[in-house]
Amino acid sequence: MKYLHLIWAALFRRKTRTVLTLLSVLAAFLLFGLLDGVRVAFNAGGEAAGVDRMIVSSRFSIIQGLPQSLIPRIQATPGVKNLTWANWFGGYYTDPKNQGFNIAIGPNFFDVYSDYVVAPEHRQAFESTRTGALVGRTLANRFGWKVGDKVPVTGAIYPNKATGDTSWTFDVVGLYEARDPKQRGIEQQLLFRWDYFDEANAYDAHEVGWITIQVSDPNQSSEIARAVDAISANSDHETKTQTEQAFNLSFAKQLGDIGLIVSAIMGAVFFTLLLLTGNTMAQAVRERIPELATLKTIGFSDRTVLGLVFGEAVLLIVLGGVLGLGIAAALMPIVSAASGGAVQLPAVGATTWAIGLAVMVLIGVLVGALPALRAMRLKIVDALAGR
Amino acid sequence: MKSFLRGLATLALMLLSLLAWIMLPGWLLGALFVVLLLWMAFTRGGRQAAAVTWIGVSTLAQRLGASSVIVVGIAGVVGVLVALLAMGDGLQKTLRSTGDTETVIVLRGGATAELSSGLSREDATLIAQMPGILRDAEGKPIVSPELVVVANLPKKSTGTDANVEVRGIGPQAWALRPNVKIVEGSAFTPGLREMVVGRGARAQFEGLEPGATINLNNQQWSVVGVFESGDAHESELLGDVDTVSSAYRRGGYQSATVRLTAPEALDTFKAALAADPRLKVDAKTTLDYYTAQSEQLTKTIRIVGIAIAAIMAIGAMFGALNTMYAAVATRAREIATLRAIGFRSPPVLVSVMLETMLLALLGGLLGAGIAWAIFDNYTVSTLGANFSQVVFRFNVSPALLWTGVKWALAIGFIGGLLPALRAARLPVTTALRES
Repeated sequence: MKYLHLIWAALFRRKTRTVLTLLSVLAAFLLFGLLDGVRVAFNAGGEAAGVDRMIVSSRFSIIQGLPQSLIPRIQATPGVKNLTWANWFGGYYTDPKNQGFNIAIGPNFFDVYSDYVVAPEHRQAFESTRTGALVGRTLANRFGWKVGDKVPVTGAIYPNKATGDTSWTFDVVGLYEARDPKQRGIEQQLLFRWDYFDEANAYDAHEVGWITIQVSDPNQSSEIARAVDAISANSDHETKTQTEQAFNLSFAKQLGDIGLIVSAIMGAVFFTLLLLTGNTMAQAVRERIPELATLKTIGFSDRTVLGLVFGEAVLLIVLGGVLGLGIAAALMPIVSAASGGAVQLPAVGATTWAIGLAVMVLIGVLVGALPALRAMRLKIVDALAGR
Repeated sequence: MKSFLRGLATLALMLLSLLAWIMLPGWLLGALFVVLLLWMAFTRGGRQAAAVTWIGVSTLAQRLGASSVIVVGIAGVVGVLVALLAMGDGLQKTLRSTGDTETVIVLRGGATAELSSGLSREDATLIAQMPGILRDAEGKPIVSPELVVVANLPKKSTGTDANVEVRGIGPQAWALRPNVKIVEGSAFTPGLREMVVGRGARAQFEGLEPGATINLNNQQWSVVGVFESGDAHESELLGDVDTVSSAYRRGGYQSATVRLTAPEALDTFKAALAADPRLKVDAKTTLDYYTAQSEQLTKTIRIVGIAIAAIMAIGAMFGALNTMYAAVATRAREIATLRAIGFRSPPVLVSVMLETMLLALLGGLLGAGIAWAIFDNYTVSTLGANFSQVVFRFNVSPALLWTGVKWALAIGFIGGLLPALRAARLPVTTALRES
């Protein structure tokens, strides 16, 4: 540490070169911060999932519903503390571009999904209004909806008995927020009552899209899943019960291997960075050979000189890298805000910082190695003579 | 003040040339290049520039490490750019080629995808009687009422269940889509639980070999053949519409696709649909329908790709600046000597620019070449509009390679301009004196 000012001085000996290199490092880690944020956002469904929740859905296909009659039997399964159900509704508001995450929800939904924060009076209004809807704050801000508004929704699949086509109208009776700001994604939904949906849609199927159960002991998950699936075994409506995490991740997986794409891009970026900073460091040491020799002459040990060069390399990368990640951290909320809530990028998380810092030190050590060894092995006589 | 104005002018020049580079058509850029060559061949300044450039290029080997920073840095940018854009283009090409202007898909009014649409059997009968539909040799209209369902099958790459699209097609579907050809086994027999699988679906999912049995909605279906169509249908499993419909206990269809007598018949057909009060449907050419499906995702991929490449390009540009500043600094004495014996500044400027652009070009070609070698026809799949996997191939087209090279040259231009200006303005006496 006591040599920090010496390393600092060496680093900024050639200002232009150091600043340009720093900017390259900064760009690389800015990209790393943004891309890793995207990767995290894709896997967020898995991480944010409630550990005590499991999803029961059709074993055959995402588009198959489950009969309502299954609900009491699943409720009676030992280990099931609470359950709720829902049906995906989809659709759009006024323009097909405004696709919505509209979901019909069963009773108890907010007891099972504690991630949603609803004011008690809003919840009461929801329970007493058949056509009521609760809207996420982000979604409400995006479309300027207020409590008391009537929201027209063109449904994706289900025709409305009353209108004869797929147009539906809901009364906004309240708003909800995400308990954890990281989960702002869920504030994009419009939730309305399943009993109204079941009665008013023209299919008369009395089916639910999926059932969410809350288990009393997450360690018993696999036993409970087996017991629940046994209820419908060999019927027309066999179920598949899995943890919410597994259920959410299966969607992210189907969209594509985002992790692989991100790693491939970052591989190319860091390889380039390695070469670029390696070259800078080699140049820096080559120029300073007489100086390093002088240092040795006045008593710096070989080891200390090695450490100085290593320190310089690591400081260069960490300085640029931390700046880059910092900019990424500042940029993410700006992008989210500028998109009006349509894009939700998470803040740069602790994992991203940890991975980033580890990569910075690793690159620093790698690019510092050759120049540092060279500096250590310098023979004072040769170096001072310029040989 | 003077240096500030000069900086401002340089910045304006940079932005202007970048803008010109993006806007100008290829032939004009080619013409500019020819003018440059003529200048170098026939004027005194030009010949000086050529000579200085040659000295720079021939000493590149001595600065191998530093020069490779430019080449590899730019190769990285171009490689990532070309690969990501090829992904977007591949998806768009696959979906676009699925549609044409002679076939029309009829969906329930307001539906944006087949999965969210629904038509009754009566609707399908009515649609088949509309004017403008091509008839086959026996005089039957070429209409295929279809049903799309989604099934869970394990994907080869992850081993976990993913959604596969199962399409029930009517007997006229083969005349409707002549590009669908059975390449292995045979077509399914209507009335039997038989399927033909697309080549893409077979490559992505487990257990879709001809002769295999698959479980759809708890019923056993046999795979009897494999088909090829070169479009998005290759991601699907095809079966007889009535058999699929009974297996999934569906009363009606989801869409009806018809072949028109000619693209111009669209208006007649649409007007007839609109005039019938019994029908509440939308008709779109399949080209419009499938293009709209790819639009959003293609746009997203393109924006993300360009944003990533732009950030990388900024990094690479600083790398190039660094290298070229260092190159100018090492050659300061040599450049000053040239100036002292009568070489003028513009040739020196041009030579540094040319050297950088040459390295950038090398990097661009390297990056584009690597992207082409690895990713052309690379097969992947994603979730499509029907909530099921759409298999598509990366499409590294010559146009994309040219885009990559253009980016490389632009980075080289900016990275070379400032060092070139410094080289041109080098005060001769000081540079000669300094060691």
